[in-house]
Amino acid sequence: MNQMPKRNMTSLNRRAFVVGTAAAGAGLVLGLDIPFGGPAVVRAADGSPEVNAWVVIRPDDTVVIRGARSEMGQGSLTGLAQLVAEELECDWSKVTTEYPTPGQNVARKRAWGDFSTGGSRGIRTSQDYVRKGGAAARIMLIEAAANEWKVPASECSAANSVITHTPSGRTTTYGKVAEAAARIEPPADVKLKDPKDWKIVGKGLKRLDTVDKTNGKMTYGVDIKLPGMLNAAIKDCPVFGGKLKSYDQAKVTGMKGVKQVVKVDDHAVAVVADTWWHAKVALDALPIVWDEGENAKVSSASIAKWLEEGLDPAQPAFVGNKSGDTKAAIAGAAKTVEAVYNYPYQNHATMEPMNATALYTPDKCEVWCGTQNGEAAFAAVLEASGLPADKCDVHKQILGGGFGRRGQTDYVRQAVSIAKQMPGTPIKLLWSREEDMQHGNYHPITQCKMIGAFDADNNLTALQMRISGQSILFSLRPEALVEGKDPATFAGLNPTGEAAIGYSVPNLLIDHSMRNPHIRPGFWRGVNVNQNAIYLECFMDELAHAAGQDPVAFRRKLMDKHPKNLAVLNAVVEKIGWDKPAPQGVYRGFAQHMGYNSYVAAAAEISVTDGTKIKVHRIVAATDPGYAVNPAQIERQIAGSFVYGLTGLFYGGCTVKDGRIEQSNFDNYNSMRIAEMPKVESIVMPSGGFWGGVGEPTICVAAPAVLNAYFAATGKRIRSVPLRDQNITFA
Amino acid sequence: MANLTINGKTVDVDVEPDTPLLWAIRENIGLTGTKYGCGIAQCGACTVHIDGVAMRSCGVSVAEAAGKQITTIEGLAPEEGPLHKVQQAWIAGDVPQCGYCQSGMIMAVAALLKEKPKPTDQDIDEAITNICRCGTFQQVREAIHAVANA
Repeated sequence: MNQMPKRNMTSLNRRAFVVGTAAAGAGLVLGLDIPFGGPAVVRAADGSPEVNAWVVIRPDDTVVIRGARSEMGQGSLTGLAQLVAEELECDWSKVTTEYPTPGQNVARKRAWGDFSTGGSRGIRTSQDYVRKGGAAARIMLIEAAANEWKVPASECSAANSVITHTPSGRTTTYGKVAEAAARIEPPADVKLKDPKDWKIVGKGLKRLDTVDKTNGKMTYGVDIKLPGMLNAAIKDCPVFGGKLKSYDQAKVTGMKGVKQVVKVDDHAVAVVADTWWHAKVALDALPIVWDEGENAKVSSASIAKWLEEGLDPAQPAFVGNKSGDTKAAIAGAAKTVEAVYNYPYQNHATMEPMNATALYTPDKCEVWCGTQNGEAAFAAVLEASGLPADKCDVHKQILGGGFGRRGQTDYVRQAVSIAKQMPGTPIKLLWSREEDMQHGNYHPITQCKMIGAFDADNNLTALQMRISGQSILFSLRPEALVEGKDPATFAGLNPTGEAAIGYSVPNLLIDHSMRNPHIRPGFWRGVNVNQNAIYLECFMDELAHAAGQDPVAFRRKLMDKHPKNLAVLNAVVEKIGWDKPAPQGVYRGFAQHMGYNSYVAAAAEISVTDGTKIKVHRIVAATDPGYAVNPAQIERQIAGSFVYGLTGLFYGGCTVKDGRIEQSNFDNYNSMRIAEMPKVESIVMPSGGFWGGVGEPTICVAAPAVLNAYFAATGKRIRSVPLRDQNITFA
Repeated sequence: MANLTINGKTVDVDVEPDTPLLWAIRENIGLTGTKYGCGIAQCGACTVHIDGVAMRSCGVSVAEAAGKQITTIEGLAPEEGPLHKVQQAWIAGDVPQCGYCQSGMIMAVAALLKEKPKPTDQDIDEAITNICRCGTFQQVREAIHAVANA
């Protein structure tokens, strides 16, 4: 069994540790302590005993909680620690955290479970086993104390890291009995607390990783320093699918600091130098010839035309949700309404560009990087290095933003590929912002044609949605396709499940004509609920208007069977003050949706000047995630998701020319600033009984709420994102 | 070779005069709290103080910075003393999410508060133009006012 690395997120010694680990040949060596007569104890790097995979307790009562999910700002590092600590009954002020490595996870039969941190799953899909881990450790600690006192464990209880023998009043602390607890057989089954008894979970506790993020000491992947390390800058073929034809190495070999120019796979070239700046300067001077291939003919216009063809009902399509007979209902309707919407490619633009540091020798390959999926990164290291699992590992760093981008491992493979060509030398590969902007995994592009049908009494009798466009799973996870269909395409539109539609319409047809351009797609915060919520919620507004009805009242009539959707909608309607007129010149819009097993709604108040300048005054956003582990962090996720979502609406949109992404940096791919930030009033309303995600769901109601308010203000429908392309911007 | 004064210490740095200050700070001096985000002075992740003024260090050459007092996030508070009041407000307000932009954000705010100890919302809007992709702006604004009203 592997020992744990010391990876204390709040420790001032993090950086020293990173360097120290490397200096020791990155030997996170196995450590088994087989004491006289007792079973084996696994020890942390500092010698402290591991009670179980989740819990290490030091003699000074410090509790080290170890979790597999990556921290990228969303706060699940803290939330998961709260869940463990709740059941452990430990002193929260003495809690710290660390990451196990994927290599250790593999060696220990996946003791920490899934490392993947995406799909707003960090807490909701690990809450059960991490709570059980905390509870099991508590039981073992109590049993150790009871054994020492020679009393029945049933007479002892634990609170705040102190164990008390009730009849005698004797006490001891976790730190004193951890060594003995580590030798106790884990309980076969544990009972979890009733949520009503939670003391640590459900509280808006401060994050555990803040201090080092204010003083420059937090180590991100980009900050890794290893002895003898060199730096690499890379250029991949600007056209996806193209190849590297040739480069003129002689032009840069004499340049200051340049050590080597290396080919990476068959479509990229990297310059390795003493500093990254030298590598970048030389790379910019390096003459490169690309074989761009057929994809160089593709443009935004050609993609749009192809997608538009998919809106034709005669084109084959995968059905995502169907009830009744829309064709007949539309044919027999008293009135129909039609609209076509579209949603563009978008880059994640994490603040920290992609990077990874790799050290390869014929015996070992290690990588230091930020990743949303440690095990996928580990697999990439195995594949790129050609070494077996017991000779590889990945040391996860705190991420300078993820948003879905760091679930991919292209940058990890590149770093290993370069390092493999320079054995024994640690190589830090860092992408320039331009490389990052033009080699993303973009939010997929789609269009949607919708038809609504009314009877003579203005009741909605049919809704038809034809989505045409790109599938993420087709490119990234083809094994998840179901007979060719990408179920994720229908997020928020499904008949049931964790992303179900929140309306009942007697005749419904939602289908998808899949068209996959060569621009590689990816999971972008919110993923497919982003466009689906715009399509459905803006069209609902159009239908309400066509029926001459209040947009809230119109929705409510269709939501009888969707009480949780209705509850969040009602919450924002009430808080925005829909029963009273908005201030002079201010207009309101609404949206509700479901994603990642959470119910979300938003109300926006905006004013519009000259039809082109939008001031978002106020956002009210509600979410029902079932359970709220840390309401303060949920509020931050909600507010932040509006920055990401409204940035997408106003400034997003990556366009394609000659087969490549045109945007290159923040000067032509803008991002919201503080002046544009509306006041976001969050309503966190957990109703219990289910576990929903938090990081993504609310993003999807940001844009439709604002677009619907724009219609209320101007009488004009905007059906195309981003607003930048229609010369509409923030006031 | 350039002679730079960073956080009160003067050091000779063996770089070309046109090297961006950001990279000299990160790679030659080894202070990595100052972050690279865009390289074109758009995002503000690399903000430092040069003679007390907030500057985006990716857009300043070492030649331009030579002879001036440069302060990075590591030098905002005295080495052995308490954290700067902005850093303290950031901790009290639990401001950072991923944290990558926050060194630059804190340096920009510290410079603003030095100039305007009680900034209005409009002052904040005009002075703080750093990008934060996590979207911490609401907490940033609250923390600035908290410092001003302390």
